[in-house]
Amino acid sequence: MTNMKLHKQNRELAIPGELLAEGDFLLGEGTFSEGGKIFANILGLVDTKEQFIKLIPLSGKYVPAPRDLVIGIVEDIAFSSWSIDVNSPYKGILGVANATERFIDIQSEDLSKIYDMGDVVLAKVINVSQSMQVGLTMRDRGLYKLRGGRMISISPTRVPRVIGKKGTMVQMLKNATNCKIVVGQNGRIWIDGENPNIAIEAIKLIEAEAHTQGLTERVKIFLEKKTNKKIAEVPLIEDTVQQRGEME
Amino acid sequence: MKKKSKEEIIESSIADSKNKDTQPDAPLKLIVNGKRLDGRRPDEIRPIKIEAGVLEKADGSAYVEFGDTHALAAVYGPREMHPRHLTEPQQAVLRVKYDMIPFSVSDRKRPGPDRRSIEISKVIREALEPVVFLKNYPKTVIDVFIEIVQADAGTRVAGLTAASVALADAGIAMSDMVASCTAGKVDGVVCVDIDGPEDNNGEADLPVALAPRTNSITLLQMDGQLTRKEYDQALTYAIDGCKKVYELQKEAIRKKYGQITQFNGRGEE
Amino acid sequence: MTATIIPQIERDSVFKIVEAGERLDGRKFDEYRPITIELGVYSRAEGSARVKIGNTMVACGVKLGEAVPYPDSPDEGTLTTTAELVPMAAPTFQPGPPNENAIELARVVDRGIREAKTIDLKKLCITPGEKVRSVFIDTYVLDHDGNYMDAAALGAIAALHHATAPEFGKLPVSKRPIANTFIKIGNNILLDPSLEEERVMDARLTITTDEDGNIVANQKAATGFWTKEEVMQCIDLAFKHGKEMRKLF
Repeated sequence: MTNMKLHKQNRELAIPGELLAEGDFLLGEGTFSEGGKIFANILGLVDTKEQFIKLIPLSGKYVPAPRDLVIGIVEDIAFSSWSIDVNSPYKGILGVANATERFIDIQSEDLSKIYDMGDVVLAKVINVSQSMQVGLTMRDRGLYKLRGGRMISISPTRVPRVIGKKGTMVQMLKNATNCKIVVGQNGRIWIDGENPNIAIEAIKLIEAEAHTQGLTERVKIFLEKKTNKKIAEVPLIEDTVQQRGEME
Repeated sequence: MKKKSKEEIIESSIADSKNKDTQPDAPLKLIVNGKRLDGRRPDEIRPIKIEAGVLEKADGSAYVEFGDTHALAAVYGPREMHPRHLTEPQQAVLRVKYDMIPFSVSDRKRPGPDRRSIEISKVIREALEPVVFLKNYPKTVIDVFIEIVQADAGTRVAGLTAASVALADAGIAMSDMVASCTAGKVDGVVCVDIDGPEDNNGEADLPVALAPRTNSITLLQMDGQLTRKEYDQALTYAIDGCKKVYELQKEAIRKKYGQITQFNGRGEE
Repeated sequence: MTATIIPQIERDSVFKIVEAGERLDGRKFDEYRPITIELGVYSRAEGSARVKIGNTMVACGVKLGEAVPYPDSPDEGTLTTTAELVPMAAPTFQPGPPNENAIELARVVDRGIREAKTIDLKKLCITPGEKVRSVFIDTYVLDHDGNYMDAAALGAIAALHHATAPEFGKLPVSKRPIANTFIKIGNNILLDPSLEEERVMDARLTITTDEDGNIVANQKAATGFWTKEEVMQCIDLAFKHGKEMRKLF
């Protein structure tokens, strides 16, 4: 006989140490239990459904997870790998076997000719070991070195909102500004086009108001005003590269 | 703000006792008619102000005022640690640096760490370590920097209170907040949250920090002399003070983040 | 983007924007970010100022005391300026004693004040050869978003003018030296660099001027170079902006 009681409402702010609930809940991110009681361990918004409870983090660093798309900066070149900054306390390693679709002969090739220090690359996290070694790959189609354009950083906690439900938010930004936009799970965003400033402003707006109601509508109005164009309903487009969005 | 500074209050009190034709080295009266020099009762804390997220560059930050003691705290982390060999394979290293700005005190303090700052840095770190989920961030460092910009006693408790808010602001996982407050003995009377003149001229100073969820004491120091009965009273006062500080910490965080689910009009031209 | 290595895309995009005559934050090339000065914020100091230029924030305090004069100036008070780039101000600042940047900052701020003959040090003499008044200016950079140089210099001079000692009233300060910092990105000269601009700059130049039309100090930094014409251009802008900034305190 489960005795479940919520002490905070859905979408309510929780501070580390605050009591969230009691009873047989399934615990997700940002929670811990002690003596049958469930507490918050990060600053976040309560997200509960049926017997699940977790917190949506409002702050914090990016911790790499397998299958994440990340925008990285090449920091160092070793004998058979590159060390990549992924905007995290943990560095990414890109080994020669995973760097390109073709075979790389480390005996004869200069790795810096493939990816050099300071290059910005689109990569995917393959795995994260127990000792926090982050393995990256760039072998898939859709993973490549980024050239030109602008790069900005937002809090990684707001990335799902920038992507939107099934990618609708970022699609709207792309259509309205006529820019290529790539959103890394690690909070880095690459924008390329005639007028990236409007896209950047819109992204900053989303970052600031990520958890408010009616945000999509406000962003739509903002974009229409700035571009003097009407925005049609956005069809759900399948991206070649997997992105993680969030339910509104 | 033309209210008397603590130094002026003491000087006039000394002048008063001189005028009363008492002996030249009569003790300074810190409690007059049951009230302290700044008008507080023994069980009253100073006006406290707490603001979360005050710095642009830091991952988390907070500003705290306990009366005229002003502290700024910033958190960077978890982040890569240099030198690497100081990292721990299974958990984060927590590093705390408490520092006083030269013009935070009447007699200028030379810039840089001294023995006192190093000790205070250690006790503050050990006050936070019990609540931070260090195991969530192996091989990293969480840096906590505290600058005291103005000192009127209780600088370590103000700094620690700010550090706890800064850690929450940075999104660091903790099992609890840590709230801090002092108590002491002044003219034989046990008082909460002692200020500069009370610290300099009183008989005891007891800084305390509390993790409120479990009522656990994570910082405890003392200098002076207290009987067992006085100590019990002082510790009770300090713990109550910590609980009041905790409420203000939560309020400050809610104020900064409370807007997050309500549209507040920004973004509209 | 707090990577210690600066991505090529960042260099290229900032360069491209500047070449097109614009800046990332929309300012003109010779425009400052919003500047605020709050005086007397730190009440334990005899004089104090908190300066913000954009998001860069510096706390400055003046402390007065007594000292033995230097042997080569027995009838002059002592003036000492310090600067700290505290680790809370930026992810790249490490704890430890002042590094070359902090020391350079202190010395450039000091030079501007000293060479402008801001304080009449002879008026700070109590007993020649034995006792003089000491003036300490401590500048603490608390939040670094570019150009802490100008913010620290402004805070220092504002704090000096604000300083009052109970024993003798206001300090004998008469001049108002102001520092203005420029950077070069390609062949473009930008005033008041933001942190993003400093990350990709080729060269930096700080010019300190007084209100009487004199240049009293200057300092070139970073690995690029300046032509004479560019330096003179900066000097003219420094006179213009120095005048505006003196109105702020």
